[in-house]
Amino acid sequence: MTETPLTDLARPGQEPLNLADYQREGGYRAARKAVLEMAPGEVTQLVKDAGLRGRGGAGFPTGMKWSFVPSGDNARHPTYLIANADEMEPGTFKDRFLIEETPHQLIEAMIIAAWAIQADVAWIFLRWEYRLCERRLRRAIAEATESGFLGTDVFGSGWRLDMHLHISSGRYMCGEETGLLNALEGKRATPRQKPPFPQVSGLWGKPTIVQNVETLCNLPHIVNNGADWYQGLGVGDNAGTKLYGASGKVAKPGLWELPLGTALRELLFEHAGGMRDGLGFRGLLPGGASTDFLVEQHLDTPMDYDHVAKAGSRLGTGMLIVLDDHTCPVGMVHNLELFFAQESCGWCTPCREGLPWVADMLGALERGEGRQEDLATLAEQCDFLAPGRTFCALAPGAVEPLQSALRYFADDFARHVSEQRCPWGES
Amino acid sequence: MLSPEETQAIDHEVAIVPERRSACLEALQIVQRSRGGWVDDEALADVAQYLDMSTAELDGVATFYNLIHRKQVGRHVVHLCSSVSCWLMGYPKVRATIRKRLGIDFGETTADDRYTLLPIQCLGTCDHAPALMVDEDLHRDVDAGAVDAILERYE
Repeated sequence: MTETPLTDLARPGQEPLNLADYQREGGYRAARKAVLEMAPGEVTQLVKDAGLRGRGGAGFPTGMKWSFVPSGDNARHPTYLIANADEMEPGTFKDRFLIEETPHQLIEAMIIAAWAIQADVAWIFLRWEYRLCERRLRRAIAEATESGFLGTDVFGSGWRLDMHLHISSGRYMCGEETGLLNALEGKRATPRQKPPFPQVSGLWGKPTIVQNVETLCNLPHIVNNGADWYQGLGVGDNAGTKLYGASGKVAKPGLWELPLGTALRELLFEHAGGMRDGLGFRGLLPGGASTDFLVEQHLDTPMDYDHVAKAGSRLGTGMLIVLDDHTCPVGMVHNLELFFAQESCGWCTPCREGLPWVADMLGALERGEGRQEDLATLAEQCDFLAPGRTFCALAPGAVEPLQSALRYFADDFARHVSEQRCPWGES
Repeated sequence: MLSPEETQAIDHEVAIVPERRSACLEALQIVQRSRGGWVDDEALADVAQYLDMSTAELDGVATFYNLIHRKQVGRHVVHLCSSVSCWLMGYPKVRATIRKRLGIDFGETTADDRYTLLPIQCLGTCDHAPALMVDEDLHRDVDAGAVDAILERYE
């Protein structure tokens, strides 16, 4: 039977488990064990052995990231842990679910991570729009503090961990970890030069670890059940489960916790129920708006970091955005590029100037004003905005759906020019 | 002048960060909440002074973030998701219905100051698209026919 550790305690439609109920289900056992029975380095080693990789998009090995935080004689305090709960990748709704359903799971996970890196202060960076998450987190943090699981003497260990909630004021850039740091410091959320990495010089110049909510939520289960158990949860070489989801005109849009490496075809046709009646499949973005399209030929790809990369895209957030055959691919890409152009922070020139140019050109194609040379210009912009040519990953992510759409939907682009209209009309 | 309630709430945020200015986004949120949903020039200057920042720098921060409003908004702010999953599921029709019903498009406020319509980044509820928020309330699976009934609930 498939195990679903991250979502076992979810009770959609009801209030989440309070602290007492969560403890009755085994909650906080892992945090207590980590803090009272394990050295910080042991926790880090366990997470390395488990093979946990970041679930926010980049897929960086979590334990390795922690090992970059200066420790022992080199430790600098305060050291910070930040939960990135600024879920703003279009098409992504997994962290909302985890926070709304199991706020104590996130807090417990943060205690474990904070212990491993010997953090003094933990922040949850939450987007304002997640109002229910805020209410539930505030209550859970208060409960955990009253019970001595947070605060001056965590589980009676003498270790102090304070936890604060930051409610963001918007902008996609805050999801980029250095942009997030600037936002938390009360600045414009522009990215920072790396190196130095936040693990060494992060929030207010102090060592800082930023982790995605889903990544963190794996920790209690790894501590409770061990690295071997965790390795066994995934398909093939993959460790752990993944929250996958689907949106667009599929029969059953939704969210599912499945073994990491579940095949794309199974996600789309079993869990999401295939396309709605009367619609065919054209393609999908496998991990949010900033990932390359995959099409029919890729459906047998296992949805894990390496296989999706080999197919020419990224696992990203693992949340499918599905394009049907009654919707204009150029229109979809136009919507995506409008988003990215708006969300460019303006810090570096290629992104600030290039993305609005791209969005305008796609708009012209949609209005029937496209010229033959526009298609080459769009391809050229994908090159100008490629990795390494901009300050951060926003623009390279922005052109991923564009460059792949130009390849897989070339005929659709060409028809917009030759017919001087959008073949789908107003969509 | 900041009210005693405002300074008390701001002090609470200042106390948990190492630099006063680091609480400026929280301070702007506090002032915005207590003053009808937006931050006017006077309030901006008051917050800047209170946090030892230049007014220009604080304005640079305030105008960066889409949820800090430096222009007057109506009594209710309608945030309509314009991101890709909602686009696929027909958000443009919802936008057109609101435009027809209220006579406003993105960035505009009705003449009676009742509603302001703004676009918002993906609301993270894409399996129930299209989605919108009115003030702090999330509405999901919003088709064009449901718009009237939702808007009516906000006087």
